[in-house]
Amino acid sequence: MTRAPGRRPYGVKSAPYAFLVPAAVLFLLFFALPIGYALHLSFRRTRVRGLGLGKGARDEIWAGLANYTDALSDSELLHGTLRILGYGLIVVPVMLGLALLFALLLDTDRLRLRGFSRLAIFLPYAIPGVVAALMWGFLYLPDVSPFHFLLDKAGLPRPDLLDGGPLYLALANIAVWGGTGFNMIVIYTSLRAIPAEIFEAARLDGCSQLQIALRIKIPMVAPSLVLTFFFSVIATLQVFSEPTTLKPLTNSLSTTWSPLMKVYQDAFVNNDIHAAAAQAVIIALATLALSFGFLKAANSRTKRGESR
Amino acid sequence: MQYRTVAVSTAAALAATALLSGCGSPDDGGDEPAASGPASLTYWAWAPGLDKVADIWNKGPGKEAGITVTVKKQASGDDLVTKIITAAKAHKAPDLVQAEYQALPTLVSNDVLADISKEAGDAKGQYAEGVWQQTTLGSDALYALPQDSGPLMFYYREDLFEEYGLTVPTTWEEFADTARALKKKAPDKDLTTFSANDSGLFAGLAQQAGAQWWTTDGDKWKVAIDDPATRKVADFWGGLVKEGAVDNQPMYTPAWNKALDTGKQIAWVSAVWAPGTLTTAAPGTKGKWAMAPLPQWTAGENATGSWGGSSTAVTNDSTNKKAAATFAKWLNTDPTALAALVKESGVYPAATAAQTGGALSAAPDYFPNQPGFYTEAAKIAQGTAPAAWGPNVNVAYSAFKDGFAAAAKNKSDFGAALSAMQDATVADLKKQGFGVSE
Repeated sequence: MTRAPGRRPYGVKSAPYAFLVPAAVLFLLFFALPIGYALHLSFRRTRVRGLGLGKGARDEIWAGLANYTDALSDSELLHGTLRILGYGLIVVPVMLGLALLFALLLDTDRLRLRGFSRLAIFLPYAIPGVVAALMWGFLYLPDVSPFHFLLDKAGLPRPDLLDGGPLYLALANIAVWGGTGFNMIVIYTSLRAIPAEIFEAARLDGCSQLQIALRIKIPMVAPSLVLTFFFSVIATLQVFSEPTTLKPLTNSLSTTWSPLMKVYQDAFVNNDIHAAAAQAVIIALATLALSFGFLKAANSRTKRGESR
Repeated sequence: MQYRTVAVSTAAALAATALLSGCGSPDDGGDEPAASGPASLTYWAWAPGLDKVADIWNKGPGKEAGITVTVKKQASGDDLVTKIITAAKAHKAPDLVQAEYQALPTLVSNDVLADISKEAGDAKGQYAEGVWQQTTLGSDALYALPQDSGPLMFYYREDLFEEYGLTVPTTWEEFADTARALKKKAPDKDLTTFSANDSGLFAGLAQQAGAQWWTTDGDKWKVAIDDPATRKVADFWGGLVKEGAVDNQPMYTPAWNKALDTGKQIAWVSAVWAPGTLTTAAPGTKGKWAMAPLPQWTAGENATGSWGGSSTAVTNDSTNKKAAATFAKWLNTDPTALAALVKESGVYPAATAAQTGGALSAAPDYFPNQPGFYTEAAKIAQGTAPAAWGPNVNVAYSAFKDGFAAAAKNKSDFGAALSAMQDATVADLKKQGFGVSE
């Protein structure tokens, strides 16, 4: 390409940077800066002198790694992590299993009311998490739950779903109910993208619907299964609104039940923004490590599969 | 801008002069035209209808004094405390804030609140000693003016007490016996529940027993949450929960509402504001409830604690501190303002003169069967034990919620939960660097 006469080379060279500026500015202002500030806060603490009343009794000082060591040695944060691990072990397999099953069922040839079923399964995703948790909370509470009423009338035992082990099921149920539809749509979309001639060939070779599902459809939607798994794990690590909404209804949910609830509690109830910042950084790093580790593992598997 | 600042400070100075000259007669506060320029104040609060009360000021005494108050509903309770502290860090706090008594040390410790003892210290005589002391933090300063208070009382289903042949307990021992007697007669019913989801009730019960959770000792805080008085209260309720004499489910849930409305729970230890809660929680049993003094630890005494209650404070960020204090004083001591507060916001005023007569001469709508409701309430309020708050009530309260919820659920030792609450509170004070006396 010949350079237009009269235009100085300088202008052409700087053009890409000029195009980058808006994105870079937005990135700095709304991404890098808040993260940097959170990091800054996490290395500081407030120090109070004496009674701590009146002017000059409180100042902000450098804390080094103290907030981090406190957070890592905090048994409540560890217990919260263990609790959401248990919760995730229920949510992720059940939700993805159901999503895959529904997607495969919707994708079968003979199906009536396809559009309606798809919408009906997807609809709970459109309900805000807090509203869903409130609604399920009413259904769980023994004294107001219609299920308990029916169980009682039938003379069956009435389990307290807001206590002990069943509490995990109760919380997982809300997440599964709300999240299955979204994951199903992701898997279903990728099922629809599989070329029809593959199925035709399979049928000609005498494959049953079940065999097509197991041997062709599931392997071919593996990338979207990886994606949905990835989203679900992140959502599990960040679980906050459901337990927070159910908390007032039961003695079994503490104010620090999940790690993010602990961050909230420290930042906005205990007014210790520095400890909260350190915990948030740790959670973010753990999420990052987990996500990248998982994606790397998934990628290498896919590559090996391709080279085979 | 320059001229406005001058005008504003002139207005503030004049308003203060008017206030000082009006000492002793609260009705005069701000009645005289005291300013030549406008002062515009912002007030963060959550009491419903407070904007209507502020309108009375803006159209009357405020107009003459040139002080306009705008009420902004930002958040309530602890959430508002967090918001105010955050705003104060940016030096953008509003002129006036509503704050619960137990939040005052936290706010003072964050250097948010201004000392208004010069402007409003003369209002002292209008409040019960125990209430006033919560706004001074035991010092010579005055950080807020008391607005409402919540003396604890005993609410019970009059009809069901009669049906089961129960008498209204006057001591806690009788209270326990009543709970057991009810269990014998109707095993599926409970006298009440021990709920761990509102720490304020437990704090009030401890105050009644004589607890002083935070006191100062020189420049050190002394934390006495695990003191004999509180331990007595914790063991009492822990025992009742353990033997199954009272329920252990939290209050303010749909299940709790239903229990109150259907008579599954037939009593509630609550505060003077309970009629409002009962109206929404148990609408079907209106007129069937009655109020009695809180059971006592020693027969014949008249002691009670407080559950809730809030104050009006002026912030250090206010450029019109004197004008703000003038308004705060009018709002919480002027008969017109207090009557409007009772009517519009439904508060139980902290000012003793306003606790009887006027807007409180008729019983609450929910209690048509007890015409002398507020006369009795005023008598009970006289015995309000002083409360002593410290700079990390929030930490103690969350430790209470988690520890006592688990103890109530497992029907385990409440004393252990109380020790944990004490330890968490002391550890937090030390971590922040406060002086702590052991």
